[in-house]
Amino acid sequence: MTDNAYVARVENLEVKFVSRESTTKAVNGVSFTLKEGEVLSIIGESGSGKSVSMRALMRLLPSKAKIGGEVEVNGKDVLKMSGRELTRMRGKEVSMIFQEPMTALDPVYTVGDQIAETVMRHEGVSKEEGLKRALELLEFVRVPSAERRLKAYPFELSGGLRQRAMIAMALSCRPSLLLADEPTTALDATVQIQVLILLRKLQKEMGMGVIFVTHDLGVAAQIADKVAVMYAGRIVEMGPVRDLLRNPLHPYTQGMLASTVHGQDRNTDIEAIPGSPPDMRNEIRGCAFAPRCKHATELCRTTEPPETSPGEGRAVRCHLVSGMTGAEQDAPAYA
Amino acid sequence: MLNYILRRVAYAIPISLGVTIFCFALVYLAPGDPLTRLLPDDATAETIALIKAAYGFDKPIPIQYLNWLGRALTGDLGQSIQTNRAVADEVLIALGNTIIISTAAVILAFTLAFVMGTVAAYYNGGVADRVATSVSVLGVSIPNYWFGIVLIIIFAVNLRWLPATGMGPGGSEGFSIWEWSSVKFAILPVLTMAMVPIGIIMRSTRSAVSEVLSQDFVQTLRAKGMGEAAVLRHAVRNALPGVLAVMGLQFGYLMGGSILIETIFTWPGTGSLLNQAILNRDIPVLQGTILVLALIFVMTNLAVDILQTAVDPRIKRG
Repeated sequence: MTDNAYVARVENLEVKFVSRESTTKAVNGVSFTLKEGEVLSIIGESGSGKSVSMRALMRLLPSKAKIGGEVEVNGKDVLKMSGRELTRMRGKEVSMIFQEPMTALDPVYTVGDQIAETVMRHEGVSKEEGLKRALELLEFVRVPSAERRLKAYPFELSGGLRQRAMIAMALSCRPSLLLADEPTTALDATVQIQVLILLRKLQKEMGMGVIFVTHDLGVAAQIADKVAVMYAGRIVEMGPVRDLLRNPLHPYTQGMLASTVHGQDRNTDIEAIPGSPPDMRNEIRGCAFAPRCKHATELCRTTEPPETSPGEGRAVRCHLVSGMTGAEQDAPAYA
Repeated sequence: MLNYILRRVAYAIPISLGVTIFCFALVYLAPGDPLTRLLPDDATAETIALIKAAYGFDKPIPIQYLNWLGRALTGDLGQSIQTNRAVADEVLIALGNTIIISTAAVILAFTLAFVMGTVAAYYNGGVADRVATSVSVLGVSIPNYWFGIVLIIIFAVNLRWLPATGMGPGGSEGFSIWEWSSVKFAILPVLTMAMVPIGIIMRSTRSAVSEVLSQDFVQTLRAKGMGEAAVLRHAVRNALPGVLAVMGLQFGYLMGGSILIETIFTWPGTGSLLNQAILNRDIPVLQGTILVLALIFVMTNLAVDILQTAVDPRIKRG
C-alpha cells in the first residue's frame, strides 16, 4: 500500500465498448480517490456510466470493453494485472454486491456452499472450515436462524435475506474495498433501510472503503461520506455529502434534487429535467448536459467545461460555476 | 424426496396401464382378422369357433384384456404365430442385442455431445463453436439410414476394415463385448445410431450452457475471484436439468432400437424383430415388443424426473 493509503485511485478512466457497428463511450475521463474507511456514493441515471466505472475497478467487464486511464486498488495497478492476479484480488481485496440478489446468486447451490466457496478459494481452507466460516458470516450480517439458512437455496429466502447472504459472501475475506451496485434498489423500502443501516455498520466495524452506486439521492445521503454525480460518462460534480446535497452547484445536480419528493405540498408539481441523456455512441461536443440545461450558453454548446474547485473538497464541471461565460461572471446565472 | 419418488412411481402406473391397453388393442386396430393367417381359407365354422375358443377370442373384449394382462404380468406374452416360440424369449434376446449397440451409442453420443456443446457455449461464436454447431446440424439433418449405408460403403466395401452386417459368426449367443472379433460388427451400427442424438444433445447443451453463462450469477462468481474452470462447473450444473430431459428422451429412443438401422446392418435387435413381426402380421410378437419398449420408455422418463429433482433444488419435492 502506498503512503497516502488510498484504497482506490482512479485517474482519467475511459471505457469504450467496441463492436462492429458502433463504439459506445461509456466512461470519459473519470477520476476519484477513496481513502480507507471512506464511503463514496456515485449517483447518476441509467447509462451514466456509474456501474461501468465501478466494474472497471475489478475489470469485471466483457472483453469488448476497452479500458484506458489508471486504476489502482491498494496501490496496485489493476489494468496491468494478469488473469491469475485478478482472480486473487477479486473477492479478497475487492468485493462486489449486486442489485438483484435473486439472480446474482447461483440458484442450484445452497447459500452456505456459495459463501464457503469464496472462503475456500481465497484462504485454501477445507469445505468444513468454509461452511463454519459461512455460518459465522451469516450471523455477522444478522441473518436470523443462520444455521437453517446455511442449507437454504437462494429461492427459499426473501429478498432482504438474499441480499444479506450476498453481503456475507462479499465480506467473507475481509476486503479493504467493497463495491455496491445499487444493492438496495430491488428491495422493499423497509428492508432497504435495514440493509443500508447494516452496511454502514459493517463498514465502520471493518473500516472498509465502500463505493456505493445508486440513483437514489436519499440512499446516498444515508450512507455516503462523499458523493460523485455522474452524467454521460463524466463526474460532473463531487463533494462531501452534506455540502453537495445542501448546496448543489451543477444544474444537473440541482435538477435531480428538485425532481425528488421531500415534503412538498401535495399540489406542487415536481420539477423534472426535460429531455433525455445523450446517445453515447455519438461524439459529444461541449457540455453533455447543455441540451437539457436551461442556463446553457453558446460556450456550453461548443466547449467542454473544465473541472474547477469552488470550495473545500468540491469539484464541478460547469462553465456557469467556473464563471467563464463572461456576462455572468459575478454570480452564477441561475442563482 | 422419498415421498416425491413414490408419487412419481405411482403416476407411472396408470401410464403403464394405458400402454398395455394400447398394446392389447393392436389386435383389433390392425386391419384384418388375426386368425386368418392361422386358418386355411376353407376352414369350417366349427374349426373357426374351436380356434377362437383356444385363443380366448370368444370372450368379451374386457375379459380378454384382463386375461392377457394377467399373463403378461407373469411374463407370458403369448406365442409367436410365425415361429411358435414364446414371445417373451424372442423379445428378451432381441432386447439384449439392441442394448449392446444402444448402450454404446448412448455413452458415445452423450459424452461427446455434452463436452462439445459445453465447449461451443463457452467459446460462443468462436471456431470451436462453429465446428460443433456444423457437426450438430449435420447430425440432425442427414437421414441416419443413409449415413449407415455410406459407412458400409466406405469402411466395409472400400476399405474392408469392418464387416458390413450381422453380429458375427456366433450370432447373438457368440457375441462378446470383450472380443474384437465380435465388437467390430457393432462399430458401424453404433456410429450410425449415435449420429442423431449427438446433434440433438449438442444443440440443447450448447443453448442451455450459453443461457446459463449469460446469467447474472456468473458475474458474481467472477467477482468473488472464481477461476474459469469453477465458472464452467457452475454453468454445467445449472444447465444439467434441461439437458437431462433431452438425454432421457434420446435414451428412450435408442433403447427402443431402430427398425431402419437394424435392418440395414441386419442386427437382430428389437427393431429387426418388429420389422419381421409387421411383415408376417405376427401380432403377439408385435404386442409383446411394443409393450416392453413402451415400458422401458416410461421407466426412463421416471428415472429422468427423479434425477432432475436430485440436480435441481428448484423442482419442488412436495
